[in-house]
Amino acid sequence: MSIFQQLTNRDQVFDFLAPEVSPVDVRHGPILYLEDVSVSFDGFKAINNLNLTIDDGELRCIIGPNGAGKTTMMDIITGKTRPDTGSVWFGSRHNLLTKSEPDIASLGIGRKFQKPTVFEALTVFENLELAMAADKRVFPTLTAIMKPEYRDRIDEVVQMIGLKDLRGAPAGILSHGQKQWLEIGMLLMQRPRLLLVDEPVAGMTEQEMERTAELLTSLAGKQSVVVVEHDMGFVRSIARKVTVLHQGSVLAEGTMDQVSNDPEVIKVYLGEEA
Amino acid sequence: MWLTRPLRERSTQLFLGVLFAALIVVTALHLLMPQDSALYVSSYTVTLLGKYLCYALLAVAVDLVWGYLGILSLGHGAFFALGGYAMGMYLMRQIGDRGVYGDPLLPDFMVFLNWDALPWYWQGFDMAWFAFIMVLLAPGLLALVFGFLAFRSRVTGVYLSIITQALTFALMLAFFRNEMGFGGNNGLTDFKDLLGFDLRTDATRLGLFLATGIALAIGYVVCRGIVTSKLGRVSVACRDAEARTRFLGYRVERVQLFVFVVSAMLAGVAGALYVPQVGIINPSEFSPLFSIEIVVWVALGGRATLYGAVIGAILVNYGKTVFTGIMPDAWLFALGGLFVLVTVFLPKGIAGLLFDRKKTKEEPDTPAQEATA
Repeated sequence: MSIFQQLTNRDQVFDFLAPEVSPVDVRHGPILYLEDVSVSFDGFKAINNLNLTIDDGELRCIIGPNGAGKTTMMDIITGKTRPDTGSVWFGSRHNLLTKSEPDIASLGIGRKFQKPTVFEALTVFENLELAMAADKRVFPTLTAIMKPEYRDRIDEVVQMIGLKDLRGAPAGILSHGQKQWLEIGMLLMQRPRLLLVDEPVAGMTEQEMERTAELLTSLAGKQSVVVVEHDMGFVRSIARKVTVLHQGSVLAEGTMDQVSNDPEVIKVYLGEEA
Repeated sequence: MWLTRPLRERSTQLFLGVLFAALIVVTALHLLMPQDSALYVSSYTVTLLGKYLCYALLAVAVDLVWGYLGILSLGHGAFFALGGYAMGMYLMRQIGDRGVYGDPLLPDFMVFLNWDALPWYWQGFDMAWFAFIMVLLAPGLLALVFGFLAFRSRVTGVYLSIITQALTFALMLAFFRNEMGFGGNNGLTDFKDLLGFDLRTDATRLGLFLATGIALAIGYVVCRGIVTSKLGRVSVACRDAEARTRFLGYRVERVQLFVFVVSAMLAGVAGALYVPQVGIINPSEFSPLFSIEIVVWVALGGRATLYGAVIGAILVNYGKTVFTGIMPDAWLFALGGLFVLVTVFLPKGIAGLLFDRKKTKEEPDTPAQEATA
C-alpha cells in the first residue's frame, strides 16, 4: 500500500487519535514495579533505594514500624509525592512518574485512606452510585439515568462487601467496620486494577476483622491488592506474601513464617511487640 | 427525564395537589362569594396571598442551595431584588406619557433629576420579552460571576455567607444612589399596566396571584428534579464531604455554580412576580436583614425538604402580617424568639414536626446496626 493510500484510507485510525487500549500491560507479570526509589524530606530519607514488585492479581501485605515509609510509598505510587530518583512503572507500559494524580486514578489505581469517609446522608446504594465510573460533568450527571447494567454492577459490589441487607440504609448508621467496607466498595465501583488499602482494620472488632480478611482475599485474583497494616494477627490471616519495610527500604520479603523468623525483622519490629 | 421524574413521586404530587387546590379555592371564593359573605376573599387578600407565594418561591430557591448544597446564602435578597428591578423597569416603560411629568420616554424620576436621555441600560425594557429574559439573566449572571470567583477559590462555609451578605449590602448602597438610574431610595413605583392589563383591576390581581402559584409549582418541580437526580445526590455529597466528592472525580465548584445560578434565577422570578403585586421596588429589598429573614423562613419550615421552605415562608409572613397589625414593635422580637425556639426544640423545623411521627413508627423496620458494632 502506498503512503497516499494509507493516509486516505477511511478505516485508518492514527496512533495519536486512537484511545489507549488495554491501559495496563501485564504480560510480563508484574503490575507494579518500583526500582531504586529514593525520596528525602529536608535531608531525612523517607524512602531509601526501595525495590518492590507486585504481581498481577497478588495480595501483598506491607508491614513495618512507624516511620518505615509505608505511607510515603503509597503517596509515590498515587502521584502525590515525586521521588528524587528511581522509576515506578504500572504494568510494563505506564511510567507513573510522568502522570498526575487523577490520571493515575483513571489508569486503575485506587487508594483507600486510613479514615473512612462515606457520604453519611446518602444510602449505601447511592454512595456506590456516585463512585461509579461515569461521565462526571454537571449536565451528564443531571440527566443521568440508572441503567439496569449499572444497577447490576452496584448490586454485585454490595454483595461483595457484605452490605446487601443495608443497601437502602443511610451510610451514617453503619458501624465503623461497615463504613470501611463501603469505602472499599466505592473503590471497586471504579474497577481498579490495583487497590492500595491503608490500615483497613484499624478500630475494628474481631468479627469485623475476619470479614475484612475474607473480603480482601476474595478480591485478590481479579484485582491486585496491596495492604498496609499494623495488626500482625490480621496480616497473618490474609497474607501469602509479606514485605517488611524498615527505614525506607525492604528489610525482608516472603511468607509470614519466613518473615517472622528472620532475625533482622525480629530485632527491628516484631521484637518490640514481644 | 430529570424534570418529569418528580411528577411521578408521591410527595411532589401531594404538594402540587395542595397548591392547586388552594389556588382554586381562593379563586372560587373570590369570584363566586357575595362581597358581604364571611367566606369572601377580598382582592386585598388575594394580592397578600400572592405576595406570600412569591416569598415561598424565594424560600424554595434558598433551600435548594442551603439545604442540599450546604451553601448558606445570606444574600439571596439581591437576586430577588434584581429580578424585581428588571420587572420594575419594564413596568416603568409601560407608563409612557401617563406619568406626572408626561414625558413619553423618560420615567418621572429621570425628568425630576433633569436627565435628557434614557441611560443605555434602560434600552429594550419597553419590550416585555426582553424584560422577562432579563428577569432570569440579571440575577443569573450576577450569580454566575460571583459564584465562579467564590467557588473556584473554594470559599465555603461562614466565609461565603459573609461575602454574600456583603454583596447584597453593596448592591443596596449602590441602588440607593440617584446616579445609578434606578430611582434612588424611592425605587420604581406608580406602575400602570402589565402586558396591557391594568394592574389596579381585580382580574389582573387574581391573574398575578394564579401566575405566582404556577411559578411556584414550576420552581418546585425544577428544584425537586435537580434534587432527585444524580446531580442532587452529588450536591448532598458536596455538602457533607466536599474533598471526598472531588476525590471521586466530580468538579465540585461546577456543581455548586450550576445549582447556585439556578437558585438565583428562581429568586429573580419570585422578585419579578412580587413587584407588580406590591406596586413598588426599592433598595430596601437588598437589605441584609431581608436576606437573613429568608433564611429564618427556611430554618423554621425545615431545611432540605423544599416543601418545608414553602410552609415556613407562608407561616412566618402570615404571622408578620397579623403581628405587625397588632403590635408592630414586637414583631422582630417574636421572630427572633420563634427562631431560637425552633432551633432548640425543632431542629428539623415544622416539616420535621409533621413527619417525625411517621419516622419513629418506621424505625423498627429499618435495619438495625450490626450486633458486633
